[in-house]
Amino acid sequence: MSLLELDDVSVTYRIASGEVPAVRGVSLTLEAGAALGVAGESGSGKSTLAMALLRLLPKDAKIGGRILLDGEDVLTMKWGRMRAVRWAEASIVFQGAQHGLNPVRRIGDQIAEPLLVHNLAKPDAARERVAELLDAVGLPAWRARSYPHELSGGQRQRVMIAMALACSPRLIIADEPTTALDVMVQAQVLSLIKNLVAERGISLIMISHDLSVLADVCDQLAVMYAGRVVEHGPSHEVFHDAKHPYSRALAAAFPTVGDPASRMAPKGLGGDPPDPMDLPGGCAFHPRCPVARDTCAELDVRLWPAGPGRTAACVHARVEEEVGS
Amino acid sequence: MTETSTATAPVGTAGATLLEARDLHVEFASRGRRARAVDGVNLAVGQGEIVALVGESGCGKTTLARTLLGLERPTSGEVRYDGASLDYTTKALRAYRRQVQLVLQDPTGSLNPRHTVYEAVAEGPRIHGLPDERDIVATALSRAGLRPPERFFQRYPHELSGGQRQRVVIAGALALNPKVLVADEPVASLDASVRGEILALLLRLREELGLSALVVTHDLGLAWNIADRVAVMYLGRIVESGPVEQVLTAPRHPYTQALLSVLPESPERIVLTGEPPDPTRIPAGCRFHARCHVLASGKAEEAGVAERCRTRLLDILPAVPDAQAACHYAETVS
Repeated sequence: MSLLELDDVSVTYRIASGEVPAVRGVSLTLEAGAALGVAGESGSGKSTLAMALLRLLPKDAKIGGRILLDGEDVLTMKWGRMRAVRWAEASIVFQGAQHGLNPVRRIGDQIAEPLLVHNLAKPDAARERVAELLDAVGLPAWRARSYPHELSGGQRQRVMIAMALACSPRLIIADEPTTALDVMVQAQVLSLIKNLVAERGISLIMISHDLSVLADVCDQLAVMYAGRVVEHGPSHEVFHDAKHPYSRALAAAFPTVGDPASRMAPKGLGGDPPDPMDLPGGCAFHPRCPVARDTCAELDVRLWPAGPGRTAACVHARVEEEVGS
Repeated sequence: MTETSTATAPVGTAGATLLEARDLHVEFASRGRRARAVDGVNLAVGQGEIVALVGESGCGKTTLARTLLGLERPTSGEVRYDGASLDYTTKALRAYRRQVQLVLQDPTGSLNPRHTVYEAVAEGPRIHGLPDERDIVATALSRAGLRPPERFFQRYPHELSGGQRQRVVIAGALALNPKVLVADEPVASLDASVRGEILALLLRLREELGLSALVVTHDLGLAWNIADRVAVMYLGRIVESGPVEQVLTAPRHPYTQALLSVLPESPERIVLTGEPPDPTRIPAGCRFHARCHVLASGKAEEAGVAERCRTRLLDILPAVPDAQAACHYAETVS
């Protein structure tokens, strides 16, 4: 059985002027110990999807479909059980490490909190565990007595990861964990995450708009556009040989230094992401698509097979597959 | 000084030196200590040239950019524009800022949410009392890729996408018809798909208007995408500079090597431990030696320079267009 199974998950926000479909039928599975990257730009629904996994969305959000964590449906769980699942079975590392920490409490107390709340440790044992966790994320034990403002951005992000690890969860969801960080610090945090996943057998869902970072850390990649997964497959294949034109644009956005093709030739994607309340008909990407055909405006695109272990919601990818088989 | 003459026309379209830092030092008081944010920098931006200033947070790159804009006063050394030393009188600074314009990162923060696009772009021309405001605004908007410009006049920032907001900020800078743009992380807060569009815009402005740009960033991919030259800054000094092709494909300074090695896709990683050190405590000898992998691996010892790395200060790099690195080890191997 997979650790996490999403079956036709949808999230709709109800606002004064109507309903905003943020996530529109996403199905994904994550095996124990595997790492899945979810890519997409602002408004693609990737962060909403992540929050839905632990029911962290505001009240005006309606979640549909099924989310099975270890076989148990997250959406029908009682609140008490939900609280136990958060931290202990799955935890989130948020983007922007400066807001995730309480500025007036010591680091050690904040890391120990989930342990004490969930009765997983007595205060003495919790203190030892905090030292262990700080060590695991590469911080000295004396940092437990520090306040968040005494730490740098990278160190605060490490503290957030230590908190997420506190209750030994089986799944960590990391939402843009390195976005605000410098290259060198980003590399440190990414290699920390990679090692933790490998050594402790933790499963990881990492969310980012940087395909190159995701390809580096994750085995599988799912690219989201306008609330749907438009491409899914092994991460290096998706990054280097994307089947969907949107994934291709994302992959080209961050050039490989040294690649003559991108020298003095920044590549972007024209247009803007669609308004979720007014989605284009047919393939939602067609107005921005460099290879759209006339039929794309009406065509009901779905995730079609696009090679071994790969799917893509693009008519071109489907044609390729048919020709190939 | 020979630097001025040699700093001209290095690559492609670059012309005579327009904006220059000469032996620039900027110090601040920080908790009772002296922080040497910019600790001796020579840097020249030629006409029509795009220079990327690369480094981690706290390396002094933003302070250097602010000083070049006349927003900070140097402790010593000078900022030169168009062959003359920068004059810090109010009137002279005002004239200077028509020539050299700042483009801020995070367009959401730098636009007033209660001003329309028209008002945001017209602010500069109004301050400078320029005639034909409407034409100026329309031209600036269409140059920034917001076409037809009239359609954007009455829009508010919240009605625009992130990429459009950044274009408005750039239009605001273009409205004064500057010669140089100083852009601080112009795409860091933008989505991946928009990033390339904004960078392509900077390239086009150079082509169409002959604009020069100093782009301050921690993103080496950006430098590869649009810059002619790159200068790598570490703890207040430029430690390596030169044409992008040369510096980014065959870096000679261990710090540049490390920065490049941690990019995704890079074969072998040199992950430096710790964060950039403190500008109030700049180490003796080479300022990078405490984190240097060449020194730590014993390669510097073999080459017989380890002692120099730890104790001997390096000369400040001149503002020349050719590739150069401030490294005792690189000097011995070249």
